This record gives sequence, C-alpha cells and structure tokens, in this order.
Amino acid sequence: MSNIPPPVEQPGHHEGSVAEAENSIELKEIAGLSQGQIVRRRFFRHKGALISMFALAFIILLSFTSVGVAFGDWKSGGWWQYTWNVAVEIENNGRPTLSLFPFAIGNHPFGQDEVGRDIFAVVMRGTQQSLMIMVIVGVIATIIGTVIGAVSGYYRGWRDSVLMRFTDVIITIPVIVIAAVLGRRFGDFGAPVLAVILGLLLWTGLARLVRGEFLSLREREFVDAARVAGANDNRIIFRHILPNAIGVIIVNSTLLMASAILIETGISFLGYGVQAPDTSLGKIISENQVAFATRPWLFWWPGVFIIAIALCINFIGDGLRDAFDPRQKRMPSDRALARADRDKTPVGPAPLAEAEARVPRASGSTGMGTGL
Amino acid sequence: MATFVVRRLIASIFIFIAATYLMYILVALSGDPLEDLRTSSAPNKQQLIEARTALLNLDVPPPLRYFIWLGGIFGLTGKGFGYLGVTVQNQPVNVLLGQAMGSTLQLVTLATVVAIILGIVVGITTALRQYSGYDYGVTFLSFLFFSLPIFWVAVLLKQYLAIGFNDFLRDPAIPWWLIVILALISGVIWMSIIPRKGIQRLYTFLIAAVATAALLVYMELTDWFSNPHIGIVGIVLSAAGVAFGVTAISTGLRQRRALRASIIVAAIGIAMYYPFMLFISYYLTFWTWVGLGVLAVAVSFAIGWFTGGADKAPVARTAAITGFLVAALISLDRFMSVWNAYANSSRIKGRPIATIGSSTPGLEGSLWVMGVDFFTHLLLPTIALILISFASYTRYSRASLLEVMNQDYIRTARAKGLTERTVVVRHAFRNALIPIATIVAFDIGGIVGGAVITERVFGWTGMGALFQNGLDHVDPNPVMAFFLVVGGLAILFNLIADLVYAGLDPRIRVS
Repeated sequence: MSNIPPPVEQPGHHEGSVAEAENSIELKEIAGLSQGQIVRRRFFRHKGALISMFALAFIILLSFTSVGVAFGDWKSGGWWQYTWNVAVEIENNGRPTLSLFPFAIGNHPFGQDEVGRDIFAVVMRGTQQSLMIMVIVGVIATIIGTVIGAVSGYYRGWRDSVLMRFTDVIITIPVIVIAAVLGRRFGDFGAPVLAVILGLLLWTGLARLVRGEFLSLREREFVDAARVAGANDNRIIFRHILPNAIGVIIVNSTLLMASAILIETGISFLGYGVQAPDTSLGKIISENQVAFATRPWLFWWPGVFIIAIALCINFIGDGLRDAFDPRQKRMPSDRALARADRDKTPVGPAPLAEAEARVPRASGSTGMGTGL
Repeated sequence: MATFVVRRLIASIFIFIAATYLMYILVALSGDPLEDLRTSSAPNKQQLIEARTALLNLDVPPPLRYFIWLGGIFGLTGKGFGYLGVTVQNQPVNVLLGQAMGSTLQLVTLATVVAIILGIVVGITTALRQYSGYDYGVTFLSFLFFSLPIFWVAVLLKQYLAIGFNDFLRDPAIPWWLIVILALISGVIWMSIIPRKGIQRLYTFLIAAVATAALLVYMELTDWFSNPHIGIVGIVLSAAGVAFGVTAISTGLRQRRALRASIIVAAIGIAMYYPFMLFISYYLTFWTWVGLGVLAVAVSFAIGWFTGGADKAPVARTAAITGFLVAALISLDRFMSVWNAYANSSRIKGRPIATIGSSTPGLEGSLWVMGVDFFTHLLLPTIALILISFASYTRYSRASLLEVMNQDYIRTARAKGLTERTVVVRHAFRNALIPIATIVAFDIGGIVGGAVITERVFGWTGMGALFQNGLDHVDPNPVMAFFLVVGGLAILFNLIADLVYAGLDPRIRVS
C-alpha cells in the first residue's frame, strides 16, 4: 500500500508499438497500488459516475433534511415550512412558484394539488420512501443472493441442485407479478415492509452470477493453496473467494437497486404498493395522471425525481463496472490510436483510460485473496 | 444432446409446477375473497356467501384447493382437459384467457420485434464507432430510457405525441425553423453512423441534411400529412436503394450476381406496383395478404437461387431480403392510401392517433382500413415498450460486439486482407449474436408479464387486466390462467435460450 503517486508516463519514446506503450503506461500507473486504490482511481475517472454520485448525495440530503423524517409517531421537523400531509390554503391556483429567470423559489416551488398540499413536501416525502426502499432492497437482496450463490457454487452437489432449483422457481414468476400479489397483502404495513418483501424477491439474478463466479474461482490455485494451508470452508469462502467476486456483487447490487426503485413505483402505480395516507413517487403519479392536462406539475416533479435517482444509480453502477472489470473498454478508437501514434506530446487522460483496458482481466490474482 | 433436452424438460416441468403452487397459495392468501359480500347490506347475504363458497370451493383450504385446480387442468374434474375454472362472476376462465391472450400478443409482438432489430442495429453501430459523440449520445439515452417508469412515459406520449400530433394534423404545416433543425439533426446522425474520415464526413453531413430538408419541403408542399403516399417514383427510388443497400451489407457490391438478382427482384416489385394497388389488393384478406408476402419472398429466393451460380445460398438470401422489403414498401403505400379516408371517417373525426384501447369500436372496413386502425392504436404502447427494452438490447449488443472485435480471429481476418465489411458482418457480427440470442430469448419470455403496466396505462383489456381483476377479487383462477401463460413462456424461452446457446456455440458442451 504505497502512497507514492505513480509518475505519469510520457509515451513519446515508445514509437514502435502503441499497444506496448499503452500497456506500460498502465503498468506504471498502477504500480504499488492496492486493488482497492486501482478501483477507486478508475471509478473517479468515470465522469458520469462521479457527477451522479454528487447528484445522488444532493437528492438524499435535500429529501431528508427538507421535510424531516417520520417513523410511526416519532417525527423530526425539517427546514421546509410545509409538511407532506397537511393541506394549506391554495395560492395562485396551485401553480408552481419556482422560476429560474429571475431566480425565485417562492412559497410552493413545485405547486399545490387540488386540496392544497405542497407538492414539494409531498415529492420530498416520496423520494425519502423510494430511497429507503432502494437501500433496504439492496441490502437484503445482496445478502441473500450472495449467500445462496456462494453456498451452491462452493459446495456444488445436492446443495447446489436444491438452491438453484429454488432460484429457478422464483425466477419463473415475473417480479412485478409476485410483488403485486405480496404488496396487496402487505402494502398496508408501510414502505419498510414492502421493501423487505421486494428484497426477498430480487436476489435471484445475483445468486446465479455469484454461483458462476464461485464455480470458476474455487478451481483456482490460490484456493488449493489455502486449503493445503489448513483453512476451513468458512475462511476460504469469506477470506479468499468472496473478495475476488466482490466486483460482480457490487456492480449487480447497484443495478438491482435501480430496478427496485422502478418496481416499487410500478406496483404503487398499480395500487398494490405504498398505501395512503403515506405516499411514494409512483403513487403520486398514479393519483394525478388524469390531472395532467390541468395540473401538469403534479406529474412532472415525481417523475423527474424517479428518473434522477434511477439514472444516478445506473451511472454509478456503470462506473463501478468499468472500475472492477475493464474488459469492455479494450478497443481504442482509430482516432485515439492514430493520435497516440503521431503525438510526441504527453498523452491526455482519454488514451490512458483506453490503455488500461488492454490489461487482461486480473480480478482473480492470488495476491488479492487476503488483501481486501 | 437428446438426453440433455429431455432432462432439462423434465426439470422445467417440476419447476413450473412448484412455481404454480407457490403462486396459487400467495394469491389465495392475499386477502379475503368474501370481503365485498361480508360488508354488503344485501338481505340474502348469507346465501350469496354460500353460493360463492360453493362455486370456488372456498371451504377447502388453499394448499388443498390448488390440487382441485390442478386436477381441472388435467381433466380430472370431468370438465374436459385444460379446464381453468370460473371467475368470481362465474365466467369461464378459458374463454377470458383466449381473448386476453390475443390482445396482449398483438400488443407485444410488434414492439418486441422492432425493439430487438433497432437495439441490435444501434448497438452494433455504436460499438463500431466507439467513443464517438454518437456512442456517448446513445449510451446516455439508453441509460435514460432504462431509468424511465413506463407509466410516466405513457402519459407524456399521450399528451405530446397523440394529442399534439392530432392537433398538428388539423393544419399540417411545418415551420421553416423546424425543417432546418431536423435537417441538421439528421445530418449529424448520419455523419456519426457512416464510417468516413475528414472532408468526406462533411459531405455525408451535407448530403443527409439537404436530403432531409428537401424531403420535408416536398411533404410540406404536397400536403403529405393529409394524404400520405409513397407513389411510383418513391417506390422506384426506395426499391433501388433497398437493392443496393441490402446487397452492400449482405454480400458486398462486388458480388455481381447478388446485385443482379436484387435488381431483378426490385424490378419485379416495381412492375407489380400498379396491378397490386389498383386490382389485387381489393381482393385480399389478412391471411391471403400474408400468403402473398410469403410468395414474394419465396419467388425472390428462387430467383437468387437460380441466378446465383456458384454462390447460390448468399445470393438467394440477399434476393429474399430485398424481396421482403420491397413487398413491405408496396403494402405500406397501400395502407397509406386509405389514411385520408380513415382519418376523416365519422368514427375518427380527424383525430387518428388513439390514446386508449386496442381498436375503434364500431369501425368496419377493408383489410387496409382495419390495418391502419390497428396501427394507430398500437403506436403509443409500442413506442413506450420499445423505449424501455431498446436500452438493454443496445447495451448488450454493443458490449458483445466489442468483446468479439478484440478477439484474435478478427485480427487474423483483417491480416489476411478481408474487407472491413466481411470482417464485421461475417466474422464479428455472427459471433456477437450468440450471447445476444440467449438474452433475447430470455427477454421474450418475460415480456408478456412485463406488459401488465403498459396495458393498464393504455387501456388494453389483455392479460394484465385478467391478472388485476383476479387479484382485486382474491380470485386465484384468472390469476393462475395468466400465470400459466407468463410462467410457461418464461420456462419455455429459458429452455430455448439454453438450446440456442448450445447449438450456436460449439465450444459449449452439453452432456
């Protein structure tokens, strides 16, 4: 874990082969760094992911501080003057007061609905619910999927058969269908219960992927070495194999969280999700879709927040995928190759990003078995 | 291979039975099926409750009631094989399922086909133009589409596309600034897709922009949107374009026999234009129309086969694709020819793009009029479904082709001097299709189930409505009928995905 910043390679003297030049840039670039540092560097180079991370942090902060949080009877107030479940007098026919030129927020930036609730407060509450559901689903589904995939991939045999057949049974039922059925039964218990149910359904894809990773990793030399050294199954699974499969798990949990948001809004739209008096983004849209012609703001803002959250999560997932598994970035464009060939000046960050992709996939290196 | 298939099949059947059991129990326990009667104030309340209990065997607990239902399917209850029970309202589920399935299949088939073709084409072109502005643009758009809730898009489409376009049709005039913007956009898109360098890219841009502007001005001047048509000139031009384009991609223009066969096929198509438009089309029903299409493809194939010389198969393939596309163009023109009559008919009243339902009630007419009606109802849900699934197909095919383009055999193919077309189409594209094929098969299995929300937003009474009505009344029978189709498709296509993978990729050994 050296902290010496790697020198930036100047490829000018590698005139023979571009590939070689890029390869050595890559090697210099990552020399002396731990796998975690390499991944972090690659992730921060993905601009979309970086912007998305800040945007998501902003949305989280905004939604939780503005109207405060409420669990059952316990409530904490936020800095926003209205709450999401109290109707106030309708001003200006409920029109949004937010304007950019000249910039003004006004009393009701996102407008009011027909009974006078402040839509900003309602949307913030819905965003909170969606974010909370996303996190709970992500945690539960990741744990279940990883455990099931790890056990069936590592032990194989009858455990594998039983667990994978069970996975097949769950996969056969479309998520939206089984979520609607369970949501009808448990939707009244509030968003956290709904999130737990979704988490109990969404682990199947991850379990299959983790199983595949474990099937190939358990045949590797470093696992044999660990076993010969006397490590027991638990130690091998958690200390040796799991850290090598962490990339697949993290990337797919992020994507799973993005789909959890859309599924929650979908079943709330069908009427089986979060129930009144509580609210969620999907429910706001579902309630107001007939009013689109007269009060479009009831409809725009919740949709914008759903898209913003899902888009951020998807971009972060893409950035993580690039960081953990650079295989997809291997083919440099003609232009980049020509430029690298021609230029005697230091190469900018873009060809570097392409160059690193030329290194074969190194996720299974033995050195990582105990490192992470 | 045979043992593999049989073993997979048997395993699938058991998985499916287990899934139906789980589903049945969950639906039966999702609420109280007698709730509406218990809270009702009818004087014969007790009788009604008893009647429903007897009708749906509610006195049997769900874990056992499942076996009554399963027995009905296997014909053990004396109601015939495949009996799916009745709904709360005592309607036979089999009849409802038949209607619902027809409606849903109409909805998803076109959307799926278009999304797959479009997704693969866009994915391939982005992979070939990696890190271009076009690539980044498509990547961003596909992330955006991926994050869209379909019901939200649906409302926007209804408001802006349907109502907006209908308003536009009342007085179809394109303002000049819109023509300029569209021309510039089209120029940029073509410039990024077509592989050219330097000044040639500028030419591509100019040609595309000028062509688009000319087309729009022509449409504006001839009042095209009120009277859409392709016309004989348009058919001649586009048939020639199809012949050259298909040959260029399929075999390359150097293959003179293929080019000749395509041109012959296109010429026959053009020759058939007037007989078809003025005479043949008036006697067609849906199935004879389909038959005619098959005949056109078969004849084209034969022409290619017999003029192909040493390269029968590729020449015949090229000619058949050309034949299909030219026949489709002529049919499209025929559909367009009834547009004006359709839009101004008493049922439509000049607002042709429908926002809800699957057909205009009470409308009757020829195959062509009904076809246009079908199209106007299908337009919005199809766009919504395409937007959602297009994104993942694009990403998959892009990733898949990039993976293949980096293989050693691609370098070998280039090194031995093959043209870029041969390398991409024959060596790279075919191998990239292997993983795509399995994903597509997997997705088709899930698409009927995924259409529940789309159907609800656009008011199609299909499988989604069957499912929702059943669930709202805690009535397992219609829900299970829905699930038999959806789950059955999922299992079937899963199996197909495995077999396709094993069949296409000889490196995969199944035993």
